Amino acid sequence: MLDRLEHGAFRYFVDAANPENGLVADRSRKGSPASIAVVGFALSAYAVAVERGWLTREDAAARTLATLRFFAESAQGSTSDATGYKGFYYHFLDLQTGKRVWQCEVSPIDTALLLAGVLTAGAYFTGAPSSEAEIRALARDLYGRIDWDWARNGKAAVSQGWKPECGFLHYGWQGYNEAALLYVLGLGSPTHPLPSSSYPAWTATYQWECIYGHALLYAGPLFVHQFSHAWIDFRKIQDSFMREKGSDYFENSCRAVDVQREYARRDPNEYGTYGVDCWGLSACDGPSLGALRVRGRERRFFEYAARGAPFGPDDGTVAPVAALASLPFAPALALSAVRHFLELYPEWQESWQLPGGFNPAAPGADSRGWVSEGSYGLDQGLAVLMIENYRSGLIWKLMRSSPPIRLGLKRAGFRGGWL
Amino acid sequence: MTASLSRRGPNPRGRYHLLIIGAGPAGLVAAQAAVRHGAKVALIERDLLGGTCLNKGCVPSKTIIRTSRLYREMRDAERLGGRVPSGIEVDFAAVMARVRRIRARLSERVSAERLAASGIDVYFGDARFAGRDSVTVEGSVLRFKRALVATGARPLRPPIPGLEESGYLTYDNVFDLTECPRRLLVIGGGPVGCELAQAFARLGARVTLVQDEPMFLGHEERDAAQLLSEALARDGIEIHLDTQTTRVHVEGRDKVADLVHDDVKRTVSVDQILVGVGTAPNVQGLNLEAAGVAYDAAAGIPVDDFLRTSNPSIFAAGDVCAENKFPHIETAAGRIVVENALFLGRQRLSAEVIPWCTFTDPEIAHVGMYVNEARQKNIPVKTFTVMMHEVDRAVTDGEEEGFVKVHVREGTGKILGATVVASHAGDLINEISLAMTAGLDLRALARVNQPYPTQSQAIRMAARAYVASRRTSVRAWLMRPHKAIRR
Repeated sequence: MLDRLEHGAFRYFVDAANPENGLVADRSRKGSPASIAVVGFALSAYAVAVERGWLTREDAAARTLATLRFFAESAQGSTSDATGYKGFYYHFLDLQTGKRVWQCEVSPIDTALLLAGVLTAGAYFTGAPSSEAEIRALARDLYGRIDWDWARNGKAAVSQGWKPECGFLHYGWQGYNEAALLYVLGLGSPTHPLPSSSYPAWTATYQWECIYGHALLYAGPLFVHQFSHAWIDFRKIQDSFMREKGSDYFENSCRAVDVQREYARRDPNEYGTYGVDCWGLSACDGPSLGALRVRGRERRFFEYAARGAPFGPDDGTVAPVAALASLPFAPALALSAVRHFLELYPEWQESWQLPGGFNPAAPGADSRGWVSEGSYGLDQGLAVLMIENYRSGLIWKLMRSSPPIRLGLKRAGFRGGWL
Repeated sequence: MTASLSRRGPNPRGRYHLLIIGAGPAGLVAAQAAVRHGAKVALIERDLLGGTCLNKGCVPSKTIIRTSRLYREMRDAERLGGRVPSGIEVDFAAVMARVRRIRARLSERVSAERLAASGIDVYFGDARFAGRDSVTVEGSVLRFKRALVATGARPLRPPIPGLEESGYLTYDNVFDLTECPRRLLVIGGGPVGCELAQAFARLGARVTLVQDEPMFLGHEERDAAQLLSEALARDGIEIHLDTQTTRVHVEGRDKVADLVHDDVKRTVSVDQILVGVGTAPNVQGLNLEAAGVAYDAAAGIPVDDFLRTSNPSIFAAGDVCAENKFPHIETAAGRIVVENALFLGRQRLSAEVIPWCTFTDPEIAHVGMYVNEARQKNIPVKTFTVMMHEVDRAVTDGEEEGFVKVHVREGTGKILGATVVASHAGDLINEISLAMTAGLDLRALARVNQPYPTQSQAIRMAARAYVASRRTSVRAWLMRPHKAIRR
């Protein structure tokens, strides 16, 4: 089952990529722009595909090279139609032209996810062919030209984005979130690194909580406990916060699964659809029905949003990939949940791509409620990487040998374990 | 001697032990405490006795909030196994009549007659310092040994182009409305903005709430603000966070506001605009310079921890100087001033355990430190969280939204602070405030017996979680040598 799920998820990157420039659609819906974060997952997934025999090494190298060349050659600048600025990239790009769409922001976090893929490619393609040598050189260049320090906007911690129309966005990061990868990459830069002080500035709003009897660094949506772990092996390495708490981020993600499962068991909002094998509150697609009265209760069904447990928001929507991507942390629980999903929706076994969300409590096409149409690139990428990390640890091993990752972790204060 | 009472005030009785400017919560508490101790007290008020809290703030807002909650519960009856009454119609005139009735009832206990009967010389008019130990009011010169400035604050007027010309409401005049606005724009996502936005939405207004920060209640913790956002959205309020109101103008009978979020611009047309973006201290016209009292027009009067101003004979308390503008802080400050001014006391405001609450639904209450404050001081913190859906009484009441979070110093039971989000958070927080005031640790709260079922069991559950975590730590420590032997 895992092999089929992993292969099914990988096929997204073959189907949704533009081979000319390597960009990959954000989602399978027609007309979707590319997401740079999804490209980061794709670049990592190509290495997995070679090892699993789904792509030849030459094919994977060609796809990777097309992608890296596009990013190296695309326009950087402060004009509104560029592809990026200061080495960072706009969150969403036109799949064909590679230019900014939706007046979106230059996104440090999504650039970090892209660069994680770039560095994975650089670490994987270590062969002699000129294509692989070029991949390594481009990976170095793309990473080296990012001005991470600029992204702080003179403040202690990194901003969430920048737009040519209004400058830096106002909102900052609060509490634990998916930005660990961003800080590690920023701190590990050989050219324009973040200052070491930026990391404690980011972790200053952490909260160590005992919830349902589990002590953990709290974050509501599961993807927060997964995204950085797709690349970085956090087992047994600790920063000063985790040293103080006698835990590590891997163990923390295990406990996050326990909290999610306990929340689902309790089902405090009485959706009647959660259970010990039906959990996974995370950033995902949603029914987008607004306020609706269902079985005598007023419900509000959100669109794509970050759902979380136990503080919410919670509209009864499950992100099935959030459960699947918990595989390295809680294999038995994750597999049990995925089997349950496949029993509920056996048709998912046609593509073996889990959808962007489902909600049995929301009106849908049949009595099983609402199911997201098509697939999301982030979901499929996370599925490929976390399944592979569970099966072979491939991505973790590659990144453990990556100098920027090692340096970034050390500058963030991580010690112990493999580091 | 019973002081005489007229609008002009009594004849001054020589030098007052304590002269108080401002008859809000701080001034009234100080006056009543001082006169009980036999002091000769003058109290000067230029407007209404009771101050903002009684006349324009807490009392009318909590009254209107209760009625609005009733309407919400009627509409939500089905969730509680009831039947939604047919034809729910809000009688706004009746709502406001109740506000006036309750305000009048509660005003009675601080009436000028009662204060005068208790021995306080009550003067009405604008007070103005004539020197370091004297004040003039309505032509009379009053001399004092000690003085307290407790003149409060007034609504801050944001510099939004066109706002003044278009007209707007504040807490000063919103309770004078005679009909509920059909469409209401609320500018400001602090306690006043959130409470009134929710109340007016429940009373039938279509409310748009604009906050220039990424979260409501800027100083509160993220999870509390997030739950509040969801609650406000459930009440049908259109929420615009991280959004600036850049201009207001009038088009026909509409007030039109321009909103900007990053680079996204939109306009909203409404019937009324309510502004709740903070307060400005009432320091003008007091001639503080003559008394040698330093002040800042925006920040107010700086005071030390004993509430002394730059003139050691003059104290200040309440909104005119305090950072946290809640009436119970003012009353604590009033008590401290009497001790320090009249009895050579050394009581510090910082020694007070001061909880506060925003009376939205759910309510959001806090006491002590926030986690980020503790971490900035390098204090290791562990938080014991109990969700209200774990509490039987909250489930039976259908009030499962929210949580209790108690922050302790890691490895100890010392309570650093707590946040409660719950239907009755303002009451629940008191048990933790009591423990902090009495120096009790979280372990002590685990031993408190409570009737079952009550919502305050959430606090004991948090305490028990702490005790359980200590037992686990001790057990783990005890097991260490056995592990070594097994190897």
